Amino acid sequence: MDLQRLERTSRYEWRIAPHGDMRVPAIIYADEGLIRDMDDKVYEQVSNVATLPGIVSASYAMPDAHWGYGFPIGGVAAFDPQEGGVVSAGGVGFDISCGVRTMLTGLKRADVEPFKEALADALFAAIPAGLGSRGEIRLADDEMTAMLAGGARWAVDRGYGLAADLERIEEGGCMAGAKPEYVSERARQRQTREMGTLGSGNHYLEVQEVVHISDRDTARLFGLAVGEVVIAIHCGSRGLGHQIGTEFLRDMAIEDSRVGLALPDRELACSPIDSPLGRRYLGAMRAAINCAFANRQIVGHLLRQVLGAVLPDATADLLFDVSHNTCKVEEHTIGGRQCRLFVHRKGATRAFGPGHPTLPEKLRAAGQPVFVGGSMGTSSWILAGTAASESCAFSSACHGAGRSMSRHQARRNWRGQDIVEMLARRGTVIRSPSMRGVAEEAPGAYKDVAVVIEATHNAGLARKVAELKPLVCIKG
Amino acid sequence: MPAGAGSWSHFPHEADIGLAGSGPTPEAVFEQMATAMTGAITDPALVQLVDRVTVHCEAPDIELLLVEWLNALVFEMATRGLLFGRFEVRIEGNRLDGVAWGETVSRERHQPAVEIKGATYTGLLVRQQEDGAWTARCVVDV
Repeated sequence: MDLQRLERTSRYEWRIAPHGDMRVPAIIYADEGLIRDMDDKVYEQVSNVATLPGIVSASYAMPDAHWGYGFPIGGVAAFDPQEGGVVSAGGVGFDISCGVRTMLTGLKRADVEPFKEALADALFAAIPAGLGSRGEIRLADDEMTAMLAGGARWAVDRGYGLAADLERIEEGGCMAGAKPEYVSERARQRQTREMGTLGSGNHYLEVQEVVHISDRDTARLFGLAVGEVVIAIHCGSRGLGHQIGTEFLRDMAIEDSRVGLALPDRELACSPIDSPLGRRYLGAMRAAINCAFANRQIVGHLLRQVLGAVLPDATADLLFDVSHNTCKVEEHTIGGRQCRLFVHRKGATRAFGPGHPTLPEKLRAAGQPVFVGGSMGTSSWILAGTAASESCAFSSACHGAGRSMSRHQARRNWRGQDIVEMLARRGTVIRSPSMRGVAEEAPGAYKDVAVVIEATHNAGLARKVAELKPLVCIKG
Repeated sequence: MPAGAGSWSHFPHEADIGLAGSGPTPEAVFEQMATAMTGAITDPALVQLVDRVTVHCEAPDIELLLVEWLNALVFEMATRGLLFGRFEVRIEGNRLDGVAWGETVSRERHQPAVEIKGATYTGLLVRQQEDGAWTARCVVDV
């Protein structure tokens, strides 16, 4: 990205002044190196978002921002229904409520090391991953409706996981305002055999070792200690969410053309929050959030079963479960006024600071856990929300490293089997149904997540708590 | 990469996959784009043409129709567990009637790299060139 087009307002904040149809400025959080490496498409997309009706304060991009569709990946934007604000299906994306849950095992690396191969095999056998895999759970239509209304609470009621898990999930594991009746027959069909599945692409289940603590007090509250093992699950609302995104994107694009709403990119298709289509989307999208909660709850249950068999001393307590593709109604203070806003985060993680009333009591003093995924061979990070983040980007932080290379180029550069062997030499066991998929997801195809984390920490979006290294990765 | 009338390729996208196609007619370019989508998952040549599926869709303009076509195939792949290797398209006005041939996905043989979540409108393009040929571009989310 050309630095001349940006105004540097602090070491980690870059401003794009409103121009053209932009209603507000755009702000990118990053250090100079990240900004230089960002594609010009991020400039274009973060500016395009600033043209949408009812946008509040600014259109934001996180330090891991990269070229997405409509919104940049790593984009955050809030809309005020009192000001004609919109909800955008493209602003949430296809993988509604994709997110990460992290579970604490209470085990040391030394406890796991001798069983790594057995653990990898058992996880790979128990948790469906990749295209062509099917879940064992088949939901009839009334059960599907109950799942879409109940989320992780439904899953717990059906025996998947523990009631104690719920307070460690955003929204208590059940998104209010879900309207299963707005979820189409085709979306339900896509989900029939996909409950409790990881999916593919960059989705994974990873056994990780805590290798470094940056914030001892917060780490203690989170239950993290150097040398201990945690497990991260990254997946979303599966086919149901994809189909809802597809259908509402089309309906909104057609409606926008009909009413003459000119958009710089059709993918920004949106509807007024207080319109029939906007309300239908919100109801269906919230049902998809519940689907993602239920899905991760079931995968977590399958994980516990595997741990019980392979490492019976493991505990598998849920640290937290947070999504990074959502639109949520939140209270924020804008110019001294309390506002009810519809905050879109696309490839960005909510990062509420210490004391936020929605956080579980045991975590409240520390702030919300934020999980930032690495890439098979590189570190992942746990951060915590900060008080300062509220004034940066509606309490939001990054979600991952972002690709530095296309899948096509990665496939030219690496063979999947070579990656698996290279990572094995470094102590990371990989299981995946597709060696082509492993090549496309090679660690070298991603940006350096450590640089993204430093920028996120220094910009005040979230603070570093712990660094994690992968021991076992089940790649979808 | 030729397959029938026209050709297909992928263009780089930071997060997802860009599909590009060209052909002598809109129908041919739609068929190439469908092959390009299979090419994002596996080598289309590996897909045996055992099962036949018909799809029908409508949209107010040809670019949205391309997205509808690709998304109809995504739905069939997801719900039937299929991969497709050959396509036949007929377009009349705003309506598309298509046939796709393929087989049940085999993880061992196809090594499917990604699952297509949906076709997006970003950079979406269906256009007739000055020489009469048609080209198309579409980014799919994976």
